[in-house]
Amino acid sequence: MRALGREQALGLLATMWRIRLFEEQVSALHRAAEVPGLVHLSTGQEGVAAAVCSQLRDDDAVYSGHRAHGHAIAKGAPLDRLLAELMGRDSGLCRGLGGSMHVVDVAHGFLGATGVVGGNIPIALGSALAARLRGDDAVAVVFFGDGAVQAGHFNETVNLASLWALPLILVCENNGFAEFTPRSAHTNVERVSDVVAPYDVERATVDGNDVTAVWEAFGGYLASARAGGGPFLLECLTRRLRGHYEGDATKYEPASAENDPIERFRSRFDADEADAVRAEAEAEVERAVRFARESPFPAPGLIAEMVYADA
Amino acid sequence: MPETTTIKAITSTLAVAMRADERVFVLGEDVAEGGPYTATAGLAEEFGTARVINTPISEAAITGVAIGAAQSGMRPVLEIMFVDFITLALDQLVNGAAKAHFMSGGQLTVPLVLRTQGGAGQRGAAQHSQSLESWLTHVPGLKVVMPSRPADAAGLLLSAIADPNPVVFIENKTLYFRKGDVPDPAPAVPIGEAVTLRTGGDVTIVALSRLVHDALAAADRLAAEYGIEAEVIDPRTLVPLDLDAIVRSVERTGRLVVAHEAVEHGGFGAEIAAQVQAAAFDFLDAPVERVGAPFAPIPFSAPLEDAYLPGADEIVAAVRGMLG
Repeated sequence: MRALGREQALGLLATMWRIRLFEEQVSALHRAAEVPGLVHLSTGQEGVAAAVCSQLRDDDAVYSGHRAHGHAIAKGAPLDRLLAELMGRDSGLCRGLGGSMHVVDVAHGFLGATGVVGGNIPIALGSALAARLRGDDAVAVVFFGDGAVQAGHFNETVNLASLWALPLILVCENNGFAEFTPRSAHTNVERVSDVVAPYDVERATVDGNDVTAVWEAFGGYLASARAGGGPFLLECLTRRLRGHYEGDATKYEPASAENDPIERFRSRFDADEADAVRAEAEAEVERAVRFARESPFPAPGLIAEMVYADA
Repeated sequence: MPETTTIKAITSTLAVAMRADERVFVLGEDVAEGGPYTATAGLAEEFGTARVINTPISEAAITGVAIGAAQSGMRPVLEIMFVDFITLALDQLVNGAAKAHFMSGGQLTVPLVLRTQGGAGQRGAAQHSQSLESWLTHVPGLKVVMPSRPADAAGLLLSAIADPNPVVFIENKTLYFRKGDVPDPAPAVPIGEAVTLRTGGDVTIVALSRLVHDALAAADRLAAEYGIEAEVIDPRTLVPLDLDAIVRSVERTGRLVVAHEAVEHGGFGAEIAAQVQAAAFDFLDAPVERVGAPFAPIPFSAPLEDAYLPGADEIVAAVRGMLG
């Protein structure tokens, strides 16, 4: 197994800070009504996004669900255009037509978020099928929460992926809650990795707040998928440190250092070094806020222009 | 010009498209075996099962797979065996395929063709006989095509496969083995272009799919028995709709009957009627008449199904009512 090198580790810390500070800013902007609509933050789950996406190429397709900012950032989406999207601006990644739940960044292979729980799971399999039909070694990765596992399309897709042996890596962020409800109220199957056992999908459950563990487990699956293997399921046990959406009044367990992937991972570095990484991310987020605020809203003519692609 | 059936025109067009473009592939339930109406017969033999892909009965997932493959550069032709089962695929089609281009600000395209078939008349009862096109026309981002003749089936399928947008291509099972002239090679028929199949100055009949043939039969009877000359227009595609062709005709005839097999209530005929009255109100000599099925599920019992289905008799009655 490859070991996580020092430069790579520093890169992971930087990615996690960029996600954390970006989303803290989004939360503040949402309270100030500068980011409208429904916003779902991944605070506490940044380790999974960073450890997975840092190992992927731009031609690997990544899909996510409604809690997708972290995955987009980790896959390479620029913070300024991402924030502009969340603020509905013309310079946004999707020109303000998608918003938080529908972020797409094709240039970096982030083929998208979705507001339909689990809706992108079969679509990700389609990208894996395209890679197989093209005959290259690109893979498809889809992030989803444990709430998506009870949906029919998850089970249909796992069956198909296994039947066709496609290079799809299913990454479940099991944060214990489906929207507002604990997993135990929705299913008797505690571990998502057990759900796919009958399909003989290679699978593992890891501590999702242990960045190194996620990085190593995913790296192993990725190498196999590039070599023609698949599908794989990686279940990452993690915790949401905020509510289901911003403004959610439900009471959740309080955060602890043990539940915070950044707190756990930063102890690998000198304090000065870790602080410098954080400061750099902070400055980048500040620049993104300025960029987004200065960006104009799209013209209403964009609506009719974007319904169909030009033949 | 060679004569062939609609089903053979579809099969040979799929083969032509697959020979011309390696990105084109077919997937669906039983497609490698040809499917229940032989639409894909022989394709697996020519192109192999890597490009003619049998799927489990998982309509939601296979629609998603087709969308993902399309977003990643392929040109999938997905078959949903009966349009009745499109209910199971609607989340993927409506929330995914139809909106991907728009919601991504134009970054994603979904060049997907979803072939399916509908229509009653074979005693299939209420879950294997429906005409559900109006649901699909309500979703911005989808194109909806409904050919009635073999040459249009071939030509529109070529255009659908070449189109960068998701196209729902709705065939009619009772027309599959009906013959018509199809040039070899079949020329592409542009999406969004109606065809006038009969000219006449007294009334315009706009008919969809199977009802096109009933409209032509009704027009012959109206001429022979009542001296009424009907113009018959097949829009061929519902989205985008060639409203101009219909309005130009109505400006001459002053009367419009819209006929389809779908339930009349909330059917696409209502949309055509509304658009025509807005565009040509001053030319209309009578309210637009609609011919469609009653507001009831399709019955199984043979005489009941026959009574339920709209056809040439209903079109003749509607025209005579307007001119009477």
